Amino acid sequence: MQYRTLAIPNPRRLIYGWSPRPVRCGFDLAIGGGLVFPEVNFTLPAIEIRRDTWHEVMAHYEEMASQVLRRAVALQAPGIVLEFELLPPMTSTPEWGAEITLLLHRHLAEAYERHGLRGALRVTPVDLREQTKPPALREGGPWDILKRSFEVCIEAGADIISIESVGGKELHDRALMYADMNGIAFALGVLAPRDIAWLWERIAGLCQSGGHAVPGGDSACGFANTAMQLAHQKMLPEVLAAVVRAMSAPRSLAAFEHGAAGPSKDCAYEGPVIKAITGCPISMEGKSATCAHFSPVGNIAAGVCDLWSNESVQNVRLLSGNAPEAYTELLAYDCRLMNVAASKGQALLLRDWLSESDEDLSPQAAVLSPAATFRIARAIVAADTPYGRTIAAGMAAVAELRERIAAGRLKLSPQEIEWLGRIENQLRALPPDEEELRSEIQERYPGVFAPASYGWPPAPVLVAAGAAG
Amino acid sequence: MSDLLYDAILKGDATTAAILARQAIDQGSAPGQMVTRRMIPAMDEVGRRFERGDYFVPELLLSGRAMKAALNIVRPLLASGAAEPAGKVVIGTVQGDLHDIGKNLVAALLEGGGFQVHDLGVDVSPSRFVEAVQQKAPDIVALSALLTVTLPAMRTTLDALGRAGVREQVRWVGGAPVTRQYAEEIGADGYSDNAFGAVRMARTLMENSCDAIPNSSHP
Repeated sequence: MQYRTLAIPNPRRLIYGWSPRPVRCGFDLAIGGGLVFPEVNFTLPAIEIRRDTWHEVMAHYEEMASQVLRRAVALQAPGIVLEFELLPPMTSTPEWGAEITLLLHRHLAEAYERHGLRGALRVTPVDLREQTKPPALREGGPWDILKRSFEVCIEAGADIISIESVGGKELHDRALMYADMNGIAFALGVLAPRDIAWLWERIAGLCQSGGHAVPGGDSACGFANTAMQLAHQKMLPEVLAAVVRAMSAPRSLAAFEHGAAGPSKDCAYEGPVIKAITGCPISMEGKSATCAHFSPVGNIAAGVCDLWSNESVQNVRLLSGNAPEAYTELLAYDCRLMNVAASKGQALLLRDWLSESDEDLSPQAAVLSPAATFRIARAIVAADTPYGRTIAAGMAAVAELRERIAAGRLKLSPQEIEWLGRIENQLRALPPDEEELRSEIQERYPGVFAPASYGWPPAPVLVAAGAAG
Repeated sequence: MSDLLYDAILKGDATTAAILARQAIDQGSAPGQMVTRRMIPAMDEVGRRFERGDYFVPELLLSGRAMKAALNIVRPLLASGAAEPAGKVVIGTVQGDLHDIGKNLVAALLEGGGFQVHDLGVDVSPSRFVEAVQQKAPDIVALSALLTVTLPAMRTTLDALGRAGVREQVRWVGGAPVTRQYAEEIGADGYSDNAFGAVRMARTLMENSCDAIPNSSHP
């Protein structure tokens, strides 16, 4: 299935808390059905995860779950999503991930039974498949373990399944450092969508075959968020990170074309474009995720969200309690304001305030504005292939940034403006045929990706005859 | 010709840098002087532009690539010793951590700075670090981590290096959750919170004795 039109064609209908295709899951929770809910994500403090420390690990999760839900009940949150992002050892030993899933599910069940707190548990295993070089994505140990992790976590009570998939990242990491738009376009527009199509058909199949989990969504975290953070550190141009953000949307959209139903992953800042195209609910993070990282999109990220997340916070002690429950409170108040505004018919006004407070202050925010979201979304659905869509999204972002600069709304340094020109020139020069680009990329980045990982036959091995014996 | 070589490196044009280096050699330029008077000053200017915010990492890496292309022409003609790398580095992301963008960036900048880099990848066990140190005999061992929960693996790795009797190598650590204090606690010889600082510190470590933790973090 390929999206050819926008599920939300009217920009005034792209608002927080409402999606044409809401997701019902967990303990009577309807996501995208009119309310925004907090999505609380928590993790361990510095501790080695081993068999002999496992009881401490479990004690942390016990403490975090009980405190987060207690605070949510105290604040009369209308609902909550807990997100459990597995750490690598919890994925590589699938039973460990399942044990924590079971624990969190039990807490959510108790909160629902005792207090009527609606809730759901999102479980996100780590994509372990990049362990080898080049990554073997479709076969071998890492995929088998990852698949097992999905299976046992679904059995243990996961309500939403997500992943930050890594297909194409092996090339993108290198190309990004050189601002090589050919490499970036091939990674995001060819490799990643091919991997996502394969992976999400399997994830959706696993969700259907057991348990009650819904296939949530993917995230371009390892691609566009990496670029955003490096731009924040002045390592990369901000305009590059903004264009990469737009170009990452088609790869995350591919998950929805191959089984995902939402809510998308919180760190997928490309979510608004996904929501406009698919009509599925999205999770976003911004100003209340400062525990995890800097963000130039703190307010605007909330504008069209259906879940509002803190990204990740360690279980460390603060004056008001432990950090996870403190961040639960932050999110709960953010959501209260949004939900009350919506109940007064003012969701659109609040969305626009959230957007306008950020959108002229950074390129990253500019491409998340409702106007840019629709421009990018329309460009994507008008193109035929993931590769074509990726280039179209990049060009739409460039056009959006250029217009804002020309209007004097977005003020950038001469270096940034020069880089925007370089990026545009590279995008314009990309070959229309992805096979032509593939040959060029394989020559420029020899051995960086394994063709078999993306469904192509392995590269031929040439053997000289006559030398044996 | 030589000013053109300087410009080619500054602009990150590897093809032109290699052609100009070959032409200069063919026309009788002294290889040592080409390196010390044109090529290294070009990279120094690249570093200054990066620190001023005039250059981003892509320009830094492209210039490093141009420098390498020119060096490949010149190096065989240099006197013995002058062709040695600036130092040898074994680098990797510690066990349990799959994040590698920061580590890759440090590795690329080190290579651009003339270091020979052996990249062990991600999720590297202490025993693999020990094995690599025994095989490669590096001057520097660089450990990276992004996750707070993988910080203890840095200590475990340093302990393993100590037990294996290869503790004499300088080693430093980096990554988002790492602090100078933590680096001191686990007995690292250096610490950097950013990639360019890591390269600067590597140079310093190679030039000086390392009886204190150099700090290249931002103020």
